[in-house]
Amino acid sequence: MKKERQEERPSQVLLQGNEACVKGALLAGCRFYAGYPITPATEVTEVMAKDMPGTGGAFIQMEDEIASMGAVIGASLAGVKSMTATSGPGFSLMQEHIGYACMAEVPCVIVDVMRAGPSTGLPTQPSQGDVMQARWGTHGDHSIVVLCPSSVYEFFDLTIQAFNLSERYRTPVILLADEIVGHMREGVVLPSAKDIELENRPRPTVPPEWHIPYGDPGTGVPPMPAFGDGYRYHVTGLHHDVRGYPTTRKDEVEALMRRLFSKISNDLDRLQWFDSYYTEDAVMTVIAYGCVARAGMQAVREARAKGLKVGLVKLQVLWPFMRRTITTILDSSEKVLVPEMNVGHISREVKRVNRGNCDVLTLNKIDGTPITPGEILETLEEAYP
Amino acid sequence: MRETSHFVHKYLRSSKRFPHIWCAGCGIGIFMQALIRVIDRLGYSKDAVVMVSGIGCSSRLPVYVDFNTLHATHGRALTFATGVKLANPDLKVITIMGDGDAVSIGGNHLIHAARRNVEIASFIVNNHVYGMTGGQSSPTTAYGTKTTSAPYGNLEAAFDISGLVEAAGAAFVGRTTVYHTPLMERLVEKSLTKKGFSMVEVLAQCVTYSGRWLGLNSPVEMMAWQRDNSVTVEKAQDLTPDELAGKIVIGVLADRERPSYEDEYAKLTAEKLKV
Repeated sequence: MKKERQEERPSQVLLQGNEACVKGALLAGCRFYAGYPITPATEVTEVMAKDMPGTGGAFIQMEDEIASMGAVIGASLAGVKSMTATSGPGFSLMQEHIGYACMAEVPCVIVDVMRAGPSTGLPTQPSQGDVMQARWGTHGDHSIVVLCPSSVYEFFDLTIQAFNLSERYRTPVILLADEIVGHMREGVVLPSAKDIELENRPRPTVPPEWHIPYGDPGTGVPPMPAFGDGYRYHVTGLHHDVRGYPTTRKDEVEALMRRLFSKISNDLDRLQWFDSYYTEDAVMTVIAYGCVARAGMQAVREARAKGLKVGLVKLQVLWPFMRRTITTILDSSEKVLVPEMNVGHISREVKRVNRGNCDVLTLNKIDGTPITPGEILETLEEAYP
Repeated sequence: MRETSHFVHKYLRSSKRFPHIWCAGCGIGIFMQALIRVIDRLGYSKDAVVMVSGIGCSSRLPVYVDFNTLHATHGRALTFATGVKLANPDLKVITIMGDGDAVSIGGNHLIHAARRNVEIASFIVNNHVYGMTGGQSSPTTAYGTKTTSAPYGNLEAAFDISGLVEAAGAAFVGRTTVYHTPLMERLVEKSLTKKGFSMVEVLAQCVTYSGRWLGLNSPVEMMAWQRDNSVTVEKAQDLTPDELAGKIVIGVLADRERPSYEDEYAKLTAEKLKV
């Protein structure tokens, strides 16, 4: 009796970010993982190799990241929630297949634990240099969903949400962590499986002969059968008609493109994910994401102690850009500061939606070391209106 | 005739996807027919067959056939196929690739698929040329051959696809030409029923490009060339290396028992689930 009660109580566990990601993925129903070792994402592959067999799912170490991403798409088409994890160089190699998954509407999750680039860069040091690559890395116009965790628990939680969004919209979802969040250890209390809400891809309910593989059922997201379900259809990266067959007809090409964009852009209301701290009376607001949001939090606390009315907004969705959320901040603040470990990927977007209302300040660091609370605090104090 | 129309109606997406893109006299259609005949003979359910291809002339094949079809990216068909097979081992997974597709851009995936031994029946239609993009050299173009990307003659040596895949550890390797249709069907059948990774290299004529450069101006001439330059594995054993030079050795090149990746993985899973 006593033992049972103990088990019921949620206990805190010490987890590394990359480990938390695996726990989230398996709870979300991920049953296929293909990966290739790369620092600082290797632990995701290692823990998957250890834990996946016990779930009945499949693990495979592929020959490179191109192959990992191909296998992930194949497995998802066979009806299984699938994931891979990598870092900069591997993320570059995956881009062609990420575009394929956008085009063929194959749900999957890609974890990029960012390290400093370009090229081989600084394998063991953090950066946020892949924000624009996550948005535009694959060729051609396309829509994409990118989430960004700033703590071990968020890495766990956003991994689950990444699966939910990929299933909901039938699209690849990129989880953009950084070396700090991937490698740091924190005590977290994980929810039990029954408390987690999961979404699954819409399945066809009509007989196979009535099923239109790439037709719009009204939601913009066509129901998706698995290979072997009896709904034989054609999957291609070519532009295709509603039946899935290659086409060059401009009316069919445009209709497909419009639907691929609108299935996500029509739902932006549900994709405003952020946390705000001390923003009610803030005249100056820090907009940050990933590990930098942690430094931002500390800087804001210290600034408040000094009597400065500053706040923090921590972004969890990077793409599609949360225009509505950011506009609200820009309207209520005199100045915003966007500290980033890149040359200004998100600050450029903030400036784009600003329309001159507000002073947008940047703090960019590209030397492979983290932005410290002191650096943010110093900038806040200097620029405080 | 009646048999042909039976296959057309049962296996081709006849009302939707024709005419096909292949040139008149192309060898790919002959291979497609052999493949369909064998699948029919083996009695596979169309729902259980997944056909995966890369990019190129032969990789258009899955568009025309009524299975679960996946037209993947250039060179990567085997990676998609690996995911499909491991996610659902009950499916019969087949890949169709060309020589440029499988051996050039996809060469890494080919050797690792053979080494790893996931049960995929792969077919490489080798016409020694990039046909779809207009006749450039491929890794199997013979030394000295003029192509649109080697206008002064190819400076590189050609790959032996079957030798490569055999050395990489495939459970089954065979080679045929589209002229030798009974042999082609036998090899397709062995490949489809083989446990583990199998590869059949199917030499096919590209009348539009390679034929022109070789001075062979019709599909008939090219197929006669296939006939006259092929020797079976059995006959090849009695020939000296000099006599074999320039000959195409056809037949079963490797057939061995090796545990497949998914069987090994299933054992591991069973153990873990028991604990």
